[in-house]
Amino acid sequence: MKDSPESHEQVAGNGLLHRRMFLAASAAAVGAGIAPSRLSAEPLPVEPWMQIPGAGFVGYGQPSKFEEKVARTWASAPGTTGTGSARTPHQRLNGMMTPSGLHYERSHSGIPDINPDAHRVVIHGLVKRPLVFTVDDLSRYPLVSRIAFLECAGNSGILFQKAPAPVNIQAIHGLLSCSEWTGVKLSVLLEEAGVDASAKWLLAEGADAAGMSRSVPLEKAMDDAMVALYQNGERVRPSNGYPVRLLLPGFEGNMNVKWLRRIKLTEGPTMTKDETSKYTVTLPSGKSLQFVFPMEAKSVITHPSPGLTMRGPGLYEISGLAWSGYGKIAKVEVSADGGKSWGLAALQEPVLPKALTRFRMPWRWDGAPVTLQSRSTDETGYVQPNRAQLIALRGDRGNFHNNMITSWGVSDKGEVKNVYA
Amino acid sequence: MSTRKLLAAGTLLALCSAAFAQSPNLGKPISPEDLAAWDISIGPDGAGLPPGSGTPKQGEEVFNTKCQACHGAKGAGQPNDRLVGGMGTLAGDKPAVKTVGSYWPYATTLFDYVRRAMPYVDSKSLSNDEVYAVAAYILSLNGVIGDTETMNAQTLPHVKMPNRDGFIPFHRGE
Repeated sequence: MKDSPESHEQVAGNGLLHRRMFLAASAAAVGAGIAPSRLSAEPLPVEPWMQIPGAGFVGYGQPSKFEEKVARTWASAPGTTGTGSARTPHQRLNGMMTPSGLHYERSHSGIPDINPDAHRVVIHGLVKRPLVFTVDDLSRYPLVSRIAFLECAGNSGILFQKAPAPVNIQAIHGLLSCSEWTGVKLSVLLEEAGVDASAKWLLAEGADAAGMSRSVPLEKAMDDAMVALYQNGERVRPSNGYPVRLLLPGFEGNMNVKWLRRIKLTEGPTMTKDETSKYTVTLPSGKSLQFVFPMEAKSVITHPSPGLTMRGPGLYEISGLAWSGYGKIAKVEVSADGGKSWGLAALQEPVLPKALTRFRMPWRWDGAPVTLQSRSTDETGYVQPNRAQLIALRGDRGNFHNNMITSWGVSDKGEVKNVYA
Repeated sequence: MSTRKLLAAGTLLALCSAAFAQSPNLGKPISPEDLAAWDISIGPDGAGLPPGSGTPKQGEEVFNTKCQACHGAKGAGQPNDRLVGGMGTLAGDKPAVKTVGSYWPYATTLFDYVRRAMPYVDSKSLSNDEVYAVAAYILSLNGVIGDTETMNAQTLPHVKMPNRDGFIPFHRGE
């Protein structure tokens, strides 16, 4: 497209436009993006649903039958049906919240079928008063709500592969979701139990057959940890820890122990299987980083992304998600030329700490091949690294905590695929 | 001071001595005996290890019956996790082979994990003797202990795992 009078609105290479262009709703600017050659619309028919009474009420609503492709995908360990992970379809979602039925899941021995009346949460170890709580007990406490993302530490690990995998965002970044969580502040329960001065950690353990367990620093437990009872307004889903899960905002998903049954205060970490043999980052030196708790600042473009083929040149909105386990997202930049030039994206309100933040960026695509990227900076000033920078820091065998910039290649036919740039 | 005032003062004192009078305090006290069945975590110093013992020879029998189908003969892996070998593969740029022998820093973790999570289809079903024995067998297959060594609450915490010093606490930016 030849430079128009609005060319001052271009903020970076290959057609990235000023983030406020859509918001300002400048008729001239928006108009410039609409192809003048569009065909006129067909006459409007009167459809059957406009004439015949619709369906009756149901107890629990479901999505439209036309949305059945909006579903998780999963892989389970050999010989099992529920040990592995199920991934959120970010290519088919928008906004910042993940529907509870599409929240990602990582389970180590399936989803236990827990009777809430028989469930108990015990707090013991280095405390003055070991205590046991029923779910009804916990539900009677003053509750707090917050929106928080959860991300598996193994999310995006596939981007360490030598060659870019021909897969979509769900396969790469699907172990990421965001919910509103409501529950009891863990500090309230710990204070009632009376934490001994010698306690510096706690062990959190699930009631699943794997007894999934992780050590958590007491400092985090007393800060913003929650014993969560509700997810997006309803009781936590079984796949996310019904009836009680631990929520450690910003920390790697594995530590947010589901089906929470026990908290034991200890002097040091228990060195469980999942904090030694897994969830550690092995460096080229052979040494491994341990206790890598917060998920680093990160972002990814959801629209367009692989599978969402673009329909010809014109004006598009690039949109995606940004998040940081260290706080709020301060800014997101978008590049359409593989990182040579960057333009500032608009951040959709609300921008909350340790929650997914939706970003949006107007883009006039001229039909030529481009490479799209996004790069987040959080409120601490940390900038998301590109692939080369992260590999230079940790090598490519770390598996966990991969927060490198994702690159989407757009072909001249509008096809989008995972590429390295 | 009247009896009523004394009672009132006593009540006030009781309220103040309760650490968090404003808290709902709905938890019920529980004794160590009553939560013993759940208190199964083992510290790296061996804290929590129960009585009992087992040898590699005894463990081989348990392994072949209850573990081999998933972890392969002699823990070689397939269809599920490999448990043996991989020493010397952690440094460099080739894929690291992470097993109990090459990667796990504490032998106590082996007891803790096998007892709580294995065998997969019937976890928490092994006796403590069986767990000690299976741990001894896996450690001996890795050459970490000798073929005739007995594992129990005294010996297991002192097993020096090859990668014991292979971990660095993370600091942001590393």
